[in-house]
Amino acid sequence: MNKEELLSKLKTIIAPYVQNQEALKNLTENTDFIKDLEINSANLVDVILDVEDEFDIEIDNEAMEKMLTVKASIEVIENKLAIK
Amino acid sequence: MSKRRVVITGLGVVSPNGTNVSDFNKAIQDGTSGIRSIEKLKQLKFSCQIAGLPIYKLDHLNNYFNSIQLRGLQASGMEYGVIAGIDAWKDAGLSISDSDTPLWDAGVIFGTGILGVDKFREAIYKVDEGNVRRLGSTTVTQTMASGISAFLGGMLGCGNVVTTNSSACSTGTEAILMAYDRIASGSAEIILAGSTSDSGPYVWGGFDAMRILPYKYNDCPTKASRPMSASASGFVPGSGAGALVIESLENAQKRGTTIYAEILGGHVNSGGQRNGGSMTAPNNEAVQQCIIRAIENSGIQSNDIDAINGHLTATIKDSAEIQNWCKALGRQGTDFPYINSLKSLVGHCLAASGSIESVATILQLKENFIFGNINCEDLHPEIQSLVDRDKIPTKTLDFSANIIAKASFGFGDVNACVIFKKY
Repeated sequence: MNKEELLSKLKTIIAPYVQNQEALKNLTENTDFIKDLEINSANLVDVILDVEDEFDIEIDNEAMEKMLTVKASIEVIENKLAIK
Repeated sequence: MSKRRVVITGLGVVSPNGTNVSDFNKAIQDGTSGIRSIEKLKQLKFSCQIAGLPIYKLDHLNNYFNSIQLRGLQASGMEYGVIAGIDAWKDAGLSISDSDTPLWDAGVIFGTGILGVDKFREAIYKVDEGNVRRLGSTTVTQTMASGISAFLGGMLGCGNVVTTNSSACSTGTEAILMAYDRIASGSAEIILAGSTSDSGPYVWGGFDAMRILPYKYNDCPTKASRPMSASASGFVPGSGAGALVIESLENAQKRGTTIYAEILGGHVNSGGQRNGGSMTAPNNEAVQQCIIRAIENSGIQSNDIDAINGHLTATIKDSAEIQNWCKALGRQGTDFPYINSLKSLVGHCLAASGSIESVATILQLKENFIFGNINCEDLHPEIQSLVDRDKIPTKTLDFSANIIAKASFGFGDVNACVIFKKY
């Protein structure tokens, strides 16, 4: 899976939780889930569970704590996919 | 300090025989039952395989919840409560505020017995499998009792009291009186009051196990709920929600909104599980006290009561309830007020019963009718000896009641009685 595909899948996963639709349209690697997309922090665990289901990976607590931006999330997902 | 006058300005209902106020209004006047066969209860070998279950299409929920709230939603009581609550709010002519400032004078008192049972079941399986990390963020908010008041309070932006009360089958009537007290004392202007009850085998199973549900009517569900009948054999479990917007008269007049009825007062008490009262049976003296003090608190005489909407569940306790009304009011025979029980049409909606039945009571005051009791053609002889047959109509009557008393009684030997008046 290349980065483009991964980003597109991630975007689909987070879309329902996003409260700032404008920021979603202009999504970049540096977009922050809470600050920019205004995702409710309680919903971050739901995003993680959806990522696990989509990519068939398991994200541990340590990795999860890093997943606050698009860039960090893609890195975590790529790492987990690599060791699958 | 004199009490402020308190009125009802909005209604909402999700009942087994009607999932909005206009359908419900028609169903109770037509005597349409909402009790049906439940396949799941049959598969699970319940003795009683029927129940009062509200029916609506899944996409109806899109009118009330956003897509995030709907994800993994497995709390039927939350669905019923939110639909009824939002409907009542809109019915009162109130808008859903998107302002950053909460409505400091508006609150929510919305009771339940237990919430999100299906969600809790899912969580228990995951926890027991060692998979707690997969619960997601909504297990807590869907299973906490106050989930229903929290959801409604957030949707509406209420900034006054937002709480959930719980007193078994008197929950709904108690919520109305809590709202009444708070508004009468000047602590709030508007309160969305009501109650909700989950549906399904995990809620109803405990009652089936107590052998207090009818088991001989699985092939004819609409005949099963028989309050005041000689052949009553237990209550049919039900579910749903009722909601009322309760408001100071002053505020309602200022808004120029429709007023359904006035709340004159009421009383809640307990029999202390003494003198015949127990966890599951009422202390008769306490029931009478509750009615008498509700009348006193309302500043009326017992003769002023034109009709009663009883608790009357269709168990052996119906006769005792009628006797308690007779004693408390000092009235019997042809002097007794009209009396009816909504449970003949929808079953016993448990924590939701008091609020759904109050919605029915207020519709009677507003639209000048007394709905008929079905399934009591064979009146119980003890009841027959106390109350004139004509006072227990089997068909809906045109009747302009001025004052109707509504009572609910619950496990734990708790009672609630509220007095409604035509406005």
